[in-house]
Amino acid sequence: MAGPINWLSQVVSVTKFGLLGIPQRRGSVAAAVFGIAGVVTVLVGVLSIAAGFRQAMAASGAADAAVVLRSGADSEMVSGFNRQSTRIIADAPGVARTPEGPLASAELFVIINLPKRSTGSDVNVPLRGVESAAFRVHGQVKIVEGRMFEPGKDEVIVGLGAAREFAGLEVGRSLLVGRREWPVVGVFSAGGATAESEIWTDAPVLQAAYNRGDSFQSVYVRLDSPGAFTTFKDAVTTDQRLSAQVMRLSDYYASQSTAVTKLITSLGVLIASLMAVGAVFGALNTMYSSVSARTREIATLRALGFGSGAVVVSVMLESVALALGGGAFGAGLAYCVFNGFHAATMNWQSFSQITFAFAVTPQLLVLGVALATVIGLIGGLLPAIRAARQPIAAALREL
Amino acid sequence: MNESGRNDGKSPLVEVDGVEKVFHRGAEEIHVLKDLHLQVPAGEFLALMGPSGSGKSTLLNLIGGLDRPTKGTVRVGGESVDTLSDRHLAAWRARHIGFVFQLYNLLPVLTAERNVELPLLLTHLSKAERNRHVQAALAVVGLTPRAKHFPRTLSGGEQQRVGIARGIVTDPTLLLCDEPTGDLDRKAGDEILDLLQALNREHGKTIIMVTHDPHASARASRTVYLNKGQLSAEPVK
Repeated sequence: MAGPINWLSQVVSVTKFGLLGIPQRRGSVAAAVFGIAGVVTVLVGVLSIAAGFRQAMAASGAADAAVVLRSGADSEMVSGFNRQSTRIIADAPGVARTPEGPLASAELFVIINLPKRSTGSDVNVPLRGVESAAFRVHGQVKIVEGRMFEPGKDEVIVGLGAAREFAGLEVGRSLLVGRREWPVVGVFSAGGATAESEIWTDAPVLQAAYNRGDSFQSVYVRLDSPGAFTTFKDAVTTDQRLSAQVMRLSDYYASQSTAVTKLITSLGVLIASLMAVGAVFGALNTMYSSVSARTREIATLRALGFGSGAVVVSVMLESVALALGGGAFGAGLAYCVFNGFHAATMNWQSFSQITFAFAVTPQLLVLGVALATVIGLIGGLLPAIRAARQPIAAALREL
Repeated sequence: MNESGRNDGKSPLVEVDGVEKVFHRGAEEIHVLKDLHLQVPAGEFLALMGPSGSGKSTLLNLIGGLDRPTKGTVRVGGESVDTLSDRHLAAWRARHIGFVFQLYNLLPVLTAERNVELPLLLTHLSKAERNRHVQAALAVVGLTPRAKHFPRTLSGGEQQRVGIARGIVTDPTLLLCDEPTGDLDRKAGDEILDLLQALNREHGKTIIMVTHDPHASARASRTVYLNKGQLSAEPVK
C-alpha cells in the first residue's frame, strides 16, 4: 500500500485538486501572484541597472588593452604626464605597432557642463582629447554619423550615449568650450563602452583651449596580445624616467565601476528584501485561505487514507507553483520594461556622467525566479503544516 | 459495564472494549464516552442512535480510525486500531473502511466518477482497472448515466449516492455512515436507505450507521442507543 510511488501519486493527486480549485479562489491567488511578480520586477529591474553599468564598463576594457596613469593616481582626474613620458610609454615593449606607429593614445580629460535632456539640469560631461590611435586603442570606435574631427581644428565628435542623453550635441550644432564655440561634426559608436558617454576632440587643440601646455593625463595602449601585458608593465614601471602605474583596461574599468555597482546592488537588494517580506505575508495569506477553504476537502482525503506528508508537500507545491507563476511574470515584465533602457548616471571616480543601457541578464532572470520560489516555500510552509495537523474528525464537519 | 452492545451470536468484526473518550475545553474535561463496550458481527447493519451530543459520531470516528480513544481498545477484524501509527492508520483506513458523510464531502472540482475513484488512487490498480471498479460502483448505486457530472449539477440524493459509491469502491471491510440521510428529504433519504439495505443484504456489507431518525434506524438489522456516553438496547426516555 505504502511506498514511494504510491506516496508520489498521492502528492500529485492532492496538488492537482488544489490547482483545479484555483478559479474559485482567484481573488486571493491573483493578489499573491501579482505581489510576488512586483517583488521580482523591482529586484530584477534595479539589479539590471548595476548589470548594465558593469556591462558598459566591461565593454570598455579589452584584455589586450592597458592604461597608464601616474603613480598613486586612482583616476585620470589626478594623473599627469609630459610629452616625453608619453613617448617613452608608447615605445615600450609589448605595445602593438602599425606602419603609422605604436597603437598608443596620450590623452587628457576635462569636464564640461551640459544640460541633461531628461531633466534639463546641468551635469558633468567628459571631454577627452585623443590622438589618432585612439580609434584602435579604445576598441570598436567608428563614426556612425557625420565625419571625424580634423586634427588641429576646434571640432568635436560625440559618443552615441552622450548624443542621446545630453542636449545640444546634434551634428551641425556648436559646443561652447571655454570662450569658443566648437562645432559637432560627427557621432561615434564604441560597442556600448564608456567612450560612448564622452565627447572627443584632438588632444593638442584641447591642451591649448585649457592652457595645459604639452601635458597629458593618461596613455591608452593596445598590446601585441593579452600575454604581453606583463612585459609592458614591467618595462614601464621599472623605467627610471617614469613614475607610472599600469593597469589592464578591464581591471581599471572594473575598479571604476565598483562604487556605483555596489551602491545600486545594495539599494536593489534592500528594496527587494523589504518587498519580499510583504510578498511572503501575501503568499501566507493566500495559502492559509486556500487551506481554510479546503479544510473539509483535505480532511476527507485524509479520512480516505491520503497521508499527512502528501498533504504538506501538495500545499507547498501549490504555493511554489503560484510563486513561480508570479516570478516568471515579474521577470518577463522586468525584461520587457527594463532591458536596453538607456540612462546616464554619475561615475564618482571620474566625477562625470556615464551613459549605459540597463541589462536584464539571464542570471538576473534566474535570480528573480529563485527569489519567487523561496517566497513560495516560506509562504506555503505554515499553512501546509496546519492543513496536515488539523484533527480529521472535526475538520470533516467544517462548512 | 454496559452489556447492551454485545451480540454473542456471531464472531465480532468490530470490538469496542472499555472505551472512554475525553475532550478538553480549556481546563474543563468533557467525558463523551464512558467505559463503552460494543461488538458488531460481520454482515450486520447496525444503527447507532442517540440525541445530539451523545457521542454517536465520536464512537463512529474511533471505529473508523479517525480519532483515538482516551482509554480502552478498538479492534476491527482483529486489528487494534488505536495502537497503529498515524501513517499506518491512514493506510489501514484506505484498505478497510468506507466512509459515507452527512454532507457527502465530494470534491467539487472532480466529476462523479473521479470522486468515486479517489480511494483507488491509493492502490496499485492500473487506470483501466480503476475505471472498471468505478463503473461497477456507480452501477450499484444506479448513477452510471451521471458519471461525468460535477457535484454541483447533481441533486442531494445523487450526491449521496456518489458518496456511497466512493465508500464501497474499494470493497472495504466496513462501511461507516454518519447521518447519511440527515441532509436529504424523505424521498431521497428512503432511496439511500434502500441502497444501504441492499448493500447489506445482497452484498453482505457490514454497515454501522449513525442516525437520529427512527425511520432510518428501522432499516437496520439492530439498533443501539447512545446516551450520555453509554450504550443501551432501548432508547432512553
